[in-house]
Amino acid sequence: MARRYQSKLTWDDVTPEHLFLNRRQIMAGTGALLGAGLIGGTAQAQDVLEPNTWEEITTYNNYYEFGTGKTDPSANAHTLTTSPWAVEIDGMVDNPGTYSFEDIMAGVEVEERIYRFRCVEAWSMVIPWNGFELADLLARVGVQDGARYVAFETALRPDEMPGVRVPVLDWPYREGLRLDEAMHPLTIMATGIYGRDIPNQNGAPMRLVVPWKYGFKSIKSIVRITLTDEEPPTSWNMANAREYGFYSNVNPNVPHRRWSQDSERRIGGGLFARRVPTLMFNGYEEDVASLYDGMDLSENY
Amino acid sequence: MSAAQTINTAVRRVPGWALYIVGAAYGAWLFYLGATGGLGVEPIEALEHRYGKIAFQLLLVGLAVTPLRQHVGLNLLCWRRALGVLAFFFVLAHFLVWAVLDVQRLAAIWADIVERPYVTIGMAGFLCLIPLAVTSNNLAVRKMGAASWRKLHKLVYPAAVLGAVHYVWLVKGFQLEPLIYLAVTLALLATRFRPTKARVA
Repeated sequence: MARRYQSKLTWDDVTPEHLFLNRRQIMAGTGALLGAGLIGGTAQAQDVLEPNTWEEITTYNNYYEFGTGKTDPSANAHTLTTSPWAVEIDGMVDNPGTYSFEDIMAGVEVEERIYRFRCVEAWSMVIPWNGFELADLLARVGVQDGARYVAFETALRPDEMPGVRVPVLDWPYREGLRLDEAMHPLTIMATGIYGRDIPNQNGAPMRLVVPWKYGFKSIKSIVRITLTDEEPPTSWNMANAREYGFYSNVNPNVPHRRWSQDSERRIGGGLFARRVPTLMFNGYEEDVASLYDGMDLSENY
Repeated sequence: MSAAQTINTAVRRVPGWALYIVGAAYGAWLFYLGATGGLGVEPIEALEHRYGKIAFQLLLVGLAVTPLRQHVGLNLLCWRRALGVLAFFFVLAHFLVWAVLDVQRLAAIWADIVERPYVTIGMAGFLCLIPLAVTSNNLAVRKMGAASWRKLHKLVYPAAVLGAVHYVWLVKGFQLEPLIYLAVTLALLATRFRPTKARVA
C-alpha cells in the first residue's frame, strides 16, 4: 500500500537548479566579503526548506565501511558490487528466503519522498529520495504474529570495503526498528536520489530511511532483514550504549553525551552559515509522536 | 658531511620569520578555501579540524626538536620558537572557528566548555599554551631568567597530552589516527625522562 504519506515538501519547494547555483555563488561571494560581520544575526527557524544539491548529498557521507572521513565513501565506494544483489529475509515471516533486488522491486511502487535528514553529529540535509514503503515489502513476506522488531544488516565485504580492516565498529553494521516504526508510512527503503539510482556511498542499491531518527539508524546497503520478537543488537548501541540508544529519535531536548543536539548545521550554507534549531522528531512530530505515547524519551533515547 | 649536517646547514639558512610567513599564509589560504568551496560542502567542520590538526602537528615537531638533536644529531633549535608560536596561533584559529563559526552562541560556547569533557580538556590545553605564547620572546627570557623560563615552558607537555586526549575523545567509534597521535605524543615525552635516569645511574 504505497503513497500513504504525502510530504508537505513538493517540487514547488525546490529551487530551480540555475537559480540555486547563482544564489550559492552570490552567498559565497558576500560571505567572503562580509566575513564575521554576518555572525550575530538570530538563528532562523526551519521554515523554508530546499533540498541539498546532488554534490552535497553524494560527497559528504558517513559510511565507515569505506573510511571514517566524510569524503572517503565517495572516493572509495565505487568498489562495491551492487549487481547482482540479494536480500535475505528471515525470522518470523511466512515467506522467508533470499530475494533478488529485481524481485523486490517488481513487487513495490517507487515514489519520491523529500525528507529532512539529521545526523547524530548535528548536521543536516534535505534529500529527495526515491523509494518504497518498507511496510509494502514486509506485507509481501508476511509478518507473523508475535514479531515485534525488525533487524537489518549491511553487506560485509572486506575485499570491497577498505574501512572494515579497522574495527571502528563490530562489523557487519546492524540496525533495528520496532515493528510499528518499520510499518510507519514515513519509513522507506530508498533506491534513488533525484530520480537517479542511489550512489554506492549513499547505500546502494537499497537502504533504509527513517526521517525522524538520527541518520545512523537509516542503515545502508542492506543484505538481511530479520523479523524477531526481541530488541535486536544495533552497531552504535553496541559500541557505546550511553551515547547511542536503540530509539535514537531526533530530540533537541536530549543531548548526546558529548555535544548538544538542540541545533544543527545545514549542509550547503558555506563557512558563515547560521545554525538552525533542531526540531522534535526532526519535524515529523505530528506523524510519529503517537508511536511513543507514555514513553520517557530521555530514558529511551 | 653527513646527512644530518647537510640538513643542519640548510636549516640555519632559513630564518624563523620565514616560517611565520609560510604558516600565516597557509592558515589564510585554508580560510580562503573554506570561504570559496575548496574545503568541500561542509567547510566549518573541515576548517576547524584542519586548524586543529596542523596545530597538533606543529606542537609535535616542536617537541621532537630536543630528541632529534640528542639522538639523531639534527639541529632544528633555531626553528623551535617559530614552531611553538605557530602552533599556538593555529590552536587559536581552531578555537575561534569552533566558537564563532561552529557553535556561534556565547551561552552555548560556555555550556560546551563546562559540560562537555572533551571540550573542557581541549580548552585546558589551550590555556596552558597562552603563557608560553606570551613569553616567547627574548625580553621575557631575560626578565624571567633562563631557569624559570624553561620551567614555565614545560607546560607544553601537559598541553600536548591534553590535545591528544581531546582528539581521541572527540571521534566516534574505534579510530586509529587519534591513537597514533597520542602514542607519538607520549613517546616524545618519554624521551625527556630517559637521559636523566641514565645520568643518575
